[in-house]
Parts: sequence; structure tokens; C-alpha cells
Amino acid sequence: MIKSAFEKGKAFIPFITCGDPDIETTEKIVKEAYLNGADLIELGIPFSDPTAEGPVIQSANTRALKNGITTDGIFDMVERIRGDIKIPLVFMTYANVVYSYGADRFTKRCTETGIDGIILPDIPFEEKGEFSSVCEKNGVDLISLIAPTSEKRISMIAKEAKGFIYVVSSLGVTGERKSIDTDLKPIIDTIRENTDIPCAVGFGISNPEQAAKMASLSDGAIVGSAIIKIMEKYGKDSPSYVGEFVKAMADAVHES
Amino acid sequence: MAGNKGRFGEHGGQYIPETLMNAVIELEEAYMRFKDDPEFKAELDTLLKEYAGRPSGLYFAKKMTEDLGGAKIYLKREDLNHTGSHKINNVLGQALLAKKMGKTRLIAETGAGQHGVATATAAALMGMECVVFMGVEDTERQKLNVYRMKLLGSEVIPVKTGTGTLKDAVSEAMREWTRRIDDTHYCLGSVMGPHPFPMIVRDFQAVISREIKEEILKKEGRLPDAVIACVGGGSNAMGSFYDFIGDKTVKLIGCEAAGRGIDGFETAATINTGRMGIFHGMKSYFCQDEFGQIAPVYSISAGLDYPGIGPEHAYLHDIGRAEYVPVTDDEAVNAFEYLSRTEGIIPAIESAHAVAHAMKIAPKMDKDSIIVITVSGRGDKDCAAIARYRGEDLREE
Repeated sequence: MIKSAFEKGKAFIPFITCGDPDIETTEKIVKEAYLNGADLIELGIPFSDPTAEGPVIQSANTRALKNGITTDGIFDMVERIRGDIKIPLVFMTYANVVYSYGADRFTKRCTETGIDGIILPDIPFEEKGEFSSVCEKNGVDLISLIAPTSEKRISMIAKEAKGFIYVVSSLGVTGERKSIDTDLKPIIDTIRENTDIPCAVGFGISNPEQAAKMASLSDGAIVGSAIIKIMEKYGKDSPSYVGEFVKAMADAVHES
Repeated sequence: MAGNKGRFGEHGGQYIPETLMNAVIELEEAYMRFKDDPEFKAELDTLLKEYAGRPSGLYFAKKMTEDLGGAKIYLKREDLNHTGSHKINNVLGQALLAKKMGKTRLIAETGAGQHGVATATAAALMGMECVVFMGVEDTERQKLNVYRMKLLGSEVIPVKTGTGTLKDAVSEAMREWTRRIDDTHYCLGSVMGPHPFPMIVRDFQAVISREIKEEILKKEGRLPDAVIACVGGGSNAMGSFYDFIGDKTVKLIGCEAAGRGIDGFETAATINTGRMGIFHGMKSYFCQDEFGQIAPVYSISAGLDYPGIGPEHAYLHDIGRAEYVPVTDDEAVNAFEYLSRTEGIIPAIESAHAVAHAMKIAPKMDKDSIIVITVSGRGDKDCAAIARYRGEDLREE
């Protein structure tokens, strides 16, 4: 199913923190993103201490949790909207959220509600077994990440990757960057030598030019913080603004 | 099932972003290469002896023993180390290792400021750059230590996210490490985080239990009946326990910060109130809600105000080798004052948690039994906070 996001060409993948400012708004934002050209949507389940995130997404997590969002509330939301959203959806959250829910129970709920994959930034290759086994059993892809520091680990990770590969554009945490200086070509070349599954670049992409450039190097671009900033600014009124932004980004990616 | 590296039973592991994986692998390789290297060992031994002032004394607390009327009480005086706590043992080891690895910059998290001060000290000594992350709450609680770190040439970054305490400082140090790996070593201060940190920190702190054993055999001709230490992440406790793990007659007791009591939310007693989870690079016990959100824990002691516990402690708990007991703010403050009055030793408020538990159990023990309490640090840093707790406002104006 995830594959379908990459079949029409380059994919634009927006990231949305669920429950910021509330789950009704998230529902509208997801629909707007879908209608404006998103090819796959990453839904963030907030975590109290998101160690891979920069300040923008950290604050979104804090706001959403303060407003009472829970894992169950997010599953319910997915269930409500899934029929209308005809592109793959993946969760992005932290290991403890899944572990605490019960990895088997969590991935079963994913299948029931129509979630196609899970991204867990604090589960590296060495620790994935406990999660990938139940993911496979329940038919959910556990997405692998590859970083600029991965070097010799790239082929090992790529060979076992499922769904798509999340290529981390640069060192550090999520958040906008003026420029992305990592030489991604050799990383993506190595990935392609080892697997046929698509790879998308994320971290630090905030404008159409960057998105187009990253997508041209790979199979797609992932954008998080730039969207969360719009949500932070407009709150409940943000869906249409996010829609506009997604359209500009998706158009740039699709033309790249 | 789970990964094999750095496991203590089910606990431990390496739950970190891919960006950091090669850094921890490189660290492990370097540690394995240097830990038995005669030159490295000699260098570290000299530093511990001539710079940090080891061995630290094992002091017979005669007045306390007489006053409590039960077990003989010995105090392992980590408070007498240079920089005022056990933290220096680990920091000198890690800084030396980082230097051998060609790193020029140390980053660290700190709660009470003791680990930050120790790291800043080692950085000054070894000519390295140093940045310490400290929760904004803790920079308020421990102003003196913030000043000490700056005086030693370090930058102190107040962390405002989350609860503004130790856990947030750890998160921010981890984030900083993913930003800058090449020249930077993350000098983690406790037996926690991803492998190999729990092993490295334990090994560098194990000097405490080796010395206790040697000294008590010299003084008493036998092993103690109990070794008691406070536990946040658990480095001084692991150091105090490690050499005794095989000696089954020695009871190992870790004292957790219960804050205002383990029946409420204002507590940091992980073993007593937490459950299994994955956070800060490790699988272990954590205080958390039903959806796995990490709890905003509380303790009067900034150094124990942490929602998790090192994976080896979690394992010692699982197998019943060590016991973890809760000690409240009130009990710790009473012990802080008691040890000051009775022995003329002002313990760190962290260490006072261990003293408090000894005060509970010593009177019930035979007069020929022996308790060793690790006084992990000295309490000068805490005087203003304890005065506030007692309703007195100390200011130097």
C-alpha cells in the first residue's frame, strides 16, 4: 500500500502532529493535505519527551498532550476519516508510546483503522526485532531511517527495509534549515544498490525549492516543522492555510 | 527478540536515533580498546589518586551508631572527593577516553549540578570545550553549581522544555549530540542511556565498592551486612553495589526519591511506582502514564528527580538481588540535618535519602551487624534549598 504513494512520480509527504490544537482540527488538516496533493501523510502521535525533535515539533507535542490527546483518541480519528483519505497513512511516534500500548495490540489497531506503516525514530536497526515481528504479523510496515552518519550501515538497513526508507537529510533534530549540505547522492545510490523500495528525504525542508531539490535526488520529500509552524500560528483556523502550503509544496515536488 | 547489546536481563539496549548509532559503536570500541590498556589505566589511576583524592575514606560513624543503638554504621566518604561528589570518578574516566578518541568537546546533562561541575572540571583540566545542559528549574535550585561550572570555563544552557529538570537536560544533551558528533563526546553522568554508557559508567564507579570491600575487610575482617546508597539514575549506587553483587550475604539497598510520597504524583520513585518502558536510549522502569507518556516526576533533590532508573538496577530488582526503597523529602531533610548535627558531615540531599533509610533500619539490627552508607556527595550546594524548606530565606546580600 505504501508503494502506491510513489507510483505516480515523486511523493510529497507532510507530517502533522495529531491533537494540535485539537483532534477535530487534525481531522480537517489531514483532509486538506490529501485534497491538495499529499501522496502519503505522516501522523505524529505526541510524546512527552520527543528526543529527535527540534523546538517546533516539541511544542506541538506539548500543546497536544496538554489538550488531552491520547493514542486511543488518535486511532478513533483515523477510523473516522480513513474512508475519505485515499492515500497511505503512517504513524510517527516514539518507541514508548507503542511499547506501552503493547506492540502487538498497537499494530493490530493500525491494521483495523487503516494505518500502513510506523516510524519510530528511537528504534535503530539493532533494536527493531521486537517491533518488526509484530508489524509483519499484523501487516504494517516498520519504516527504517538512514542518516548522514550511517555509512557502512546503509546496506544492512536498506536490505531489510519495508515500505519506504526515511533518509535523514542532515545531523541534528527536526526543524527548518537554511540549507541542506549533506551530499545525499552517495547515500541514496547505496540504498538503491540494496533495495527497490522508495526513499524519501526529510529533516529541514521548509520551502518548495528545497522540497523539489530533495525529491529530485530521491523519491520524495517529507516536511514537518514548516507545517507545524502554520498550525501553531493559526490554530483551529489552520486547515486552509496548511492546504495552501501543501499545494505549493506538492506541486513543486511533482514537477521535480 | 530484542537486540543483544548491553542487556541486563530484558533491560538496557540501544534505543537511539540512527544518527547516533555509529557514535555509540565507536565509543564502545574505544572503551574496549582502552579499558585494559596499561597506559590508560595508569593515567586514570594517577588522576583519581592525585587529582580527585582517592581512595575516599570509609569512616566509622561512632556517634550515629551509638545514637541509633543498632548496627555499626560506616560512611563511604565520596563527599570528600574533589568537586564534592562521586561524579568525578566517572567523568575523569570518560574525559580521558574522549581525549584518546580525539574528541575536543564534552557535553553533559546535570540535575543537581554535581555531574556538570565534575565534567566542567575535567574539561578545564584536559583543555576541552564544555557545554552543560541543566533544567531551568534546577538552575534555580542549584545556583551555586551553575556559577561553579561557569567559573570552570563551561557554558551552561538552561533547558526550558518539559518540566525543566534532569530528564529534559538529558533529552537536550542527546539532541545536541545528534547535531555535533565529530568532535563531541557526550559525557553521560549515570548508569543509564544507551549501551555502552551503563557499562562504562558502572565500571568507572565500581571503584567505590572495591574500596569499601578492601577497607571493611581491613577494619572489621568481614563483609558488611548491608550497603545503602541513593538512586536516581543510579551511578553511585551501582558503584557501591558492583563488587558485592556476588557476595550474597551483603544486602544491597537503593533509596529512591519518593518526593511527597509514593501514593501521589509528586514522586520520583521509579521502581516503586513505574513500569517497563523505553526511553532515553534504554529499556528499563519508568514513571509514566497509561499511554506511555513520561511522568513529570518530583523530588526535593534535583539529582534524583528523574523518571527512570539505570537498566542494571532494574535487573538487580527483577532478580531480587537488590532492594529499592522509597524515601520522602521529609525523611531526607531530617536525615540531612541529623547527619550534620550528629557527625558534623553535611551530606548532599541526594545522599541524605540513603542516610534516612539507614536511620530506619539500623536500630532494628544487631549491634555486631554492619551497614555501609555511601555519602555520594557533600551538601553545601543544598543549604539554601533546605533552609527554604524549613521556611528560612538565605540570601547573601
